[in-house]
Amino acid sequence: MADGAATTAVAAAEAPARPTWRRHAVRNRNIAVGASILAVVILAALLANVISTHDPRRLNPAQRLKAPSAANFLGTDEFGRDVYSLVLHGARVSLLVGATTMILTSLWGIVIGLIAGYYRRVDMALMRIMDGLMAFPAILLAIALMAARGPGIGNVIFALSVVYTPRTAMLIRSTVLTLRELDYVQAARALGRRDLAIAFRHILPNCVGPLLVQASFIFAYAILAEAILGFLGVGVPPYVPSWGNVIASGKNVIREAFWVSLFPGLALTVSGLSLNLLGDGLRDVLDPRLRVQ
Amino acid sequence: MTTYLIRRLLTLVPVLAVVVTVVFLLIHLIPGDPVSVMLGPDATPAQIQATRQALGLDRPLHEQLLKFYARVLRGDLGQSYFLDRPVVTALLERAEPTLVLTFSALLVAVLIGVPSGIIAAAYQGSLWDRALMLASLLGVCVPGFWLSLNFIYLFAVRLGWLPAAGYASILADPVAALRYMVLPAVSLGFNQSALIARISRSCMLEALQQDYIRTARAKGVSQRSVMWVHAFRNALVPVVTVVGITMAILIGGAVVTEIVFNIPGLGRLIISAVLRRDYPVVQGVILVTATAYVLINLMVDVLYVFIDPRIRYG
Repeated sequence: MADGAATTAVAAAEAPARPTWRRHAVRNRNIAVGASILAVVILAALLANVISTHDPRRLNPAQRLKAPSAANFLGTDEFGRDVYSLVLHGARVSLLVGATTMILTSLWGIVIGLIAGYYRRVDMALMRIMDGLMAFPAILLAIALMAARGPGIGNVIFALSVVYTPRTAMLIRSTVLTLRELDYVQAARALGRRDLAIAFRHILPNCVGPLLVQASFIFAYAILAEAILGFLGVGVPPYVPSWGNVIASGKNVIREAFWVSLFPGLALTVSGLSLNLLGDGLRDVLDPRLRVQ
Repeated sequence: MTTYLIRRLLTLVPVLAVVVTVVFLLIHLIPGDPVSVMLGPDATPAQIQATRQALGLDRPLHEQLLKFYARVLRGDLGQSYFLDRPVVTALLERAEPTLVLTFSALLVAVLIGVPSGIIAAAYQGSLWDRALMLASLLGVCVPGFWLSLNFIYLFAVRLGWLPAAGYASILADPVAALRYMVLPAVSLGFNQSALIARISRSCMLEALQQDYIRTARAKGVSQRSVMWVHAFRNALVPVVTVVGITMAILIGGAVVTEIVFNIPGLGRLIISAVLRRDYPVVQGVILVTATAYVLINLMVDVLYVFIDPRIRYG
């Protein structure tokens, strides 16, 4: 992915600047479908308080494990909580973790990638650290970090940011390495521009394409990883309505009430699908070679 | 080849050094006093002090790190607080189920992924191609642990074909082992088969556009021979990389699958260790899996040379 994205950036840097990709983005079917689904998920999360039919935290043992009905659209769980309201509020946790992780990994990735790509002396050390962090299976490193920090949304975001930052940093670094040799960067340097100015004014804008593609995939990974951590009981605390937590509670009652795990899982799948479509579409649009085909 | 191998092995040193350092630093990420957190609220000050000394946490950080390196190099990963045995012993006891699960899932992923990719490429643009690629897109997006739950509901609860959870050692009872392993292996392997299918398809399509394929067709070589002998062998190199990456991803995925299917492997070991704050075990599991991950990547790199004679490492 990093190589492909790097080529994208090079090609983008070589082409004269023109806003054609926006037009392509509007016409791209993957982006249209992905963005529309994501918009619905975001809207559902924002309006969760309004469109929920029950308080997702309210325990109601008398109503436990009720099948989907007019009163409880998606049924109730083992504590009598309304699954429909849980799924809506769970979207908030998922999107919060996904979006924050995406922003943090992008920021850290830009800082580390720019430094590594621009200053050869620290490049070696920084990249070995990134290699080392990427040597851990992502979810296991996240579990280990959660073990140290304890449950909580902030800690989930911290753990996932540590896990996914190296990927972005390496992507930015490889893009910077190609861009810094290009004529316009050399010209800026010959004109006496300072490193920081070159990095932010001339190099960074050309990293935006690959970064956008990567960010949408990291958003998807983070949402999934948050659900996995919740499912394993090491993510956000169990009383917080998150998709992973609800699926975990559904696991215990799968024989009697399959709907408890079914619907939050569907929400998770649809969100992942929308972000993957968006990422695929952005890659198609931002890579001019693919656009010609 | 030998020079390449030695050089490649040397590049592992800094990576593994970072891995060990990260594992070491985990304890220091615990907010507040790590020993008080480990021992819980009931610990007396004397116990806290004794544990701090036993773990060497009263020494300067660099000294602790050097000692940790020395211990890891000796193969000593410490003592589990709860299991009453060395971490290495606990890891060895739990390794078999994880290895069996990982390899079975890899087999499933390759058996589904490679043929799907090849069929999709051979009939590019057809209904088959579209259906397989749609399935693979869904496969990438469906969370494996949720798929596992649905499989349990369908095949164990509703149809009663397979056991819902559990594990039997392949050495003790191969038939029972197979029955227990089908659902975990399929649900873990399915996600990865999607990735393999997508890569196989694009590699095959690229190979099929090459000049030598046109030459082979012009010579009158049969479609089957063109596909398998000429295109497939050349498409294999990137596919092997993905299979290698898949293997590494599966180690992480196995953790979650083990929890769903109640398989007594490394995944269940690390989760119970996290919940009991048994930090040496947490450190041991991630150290071993990260090392395995690094070694698998090395093996994949070395395999290239055997698959593609054009690649010669000096």
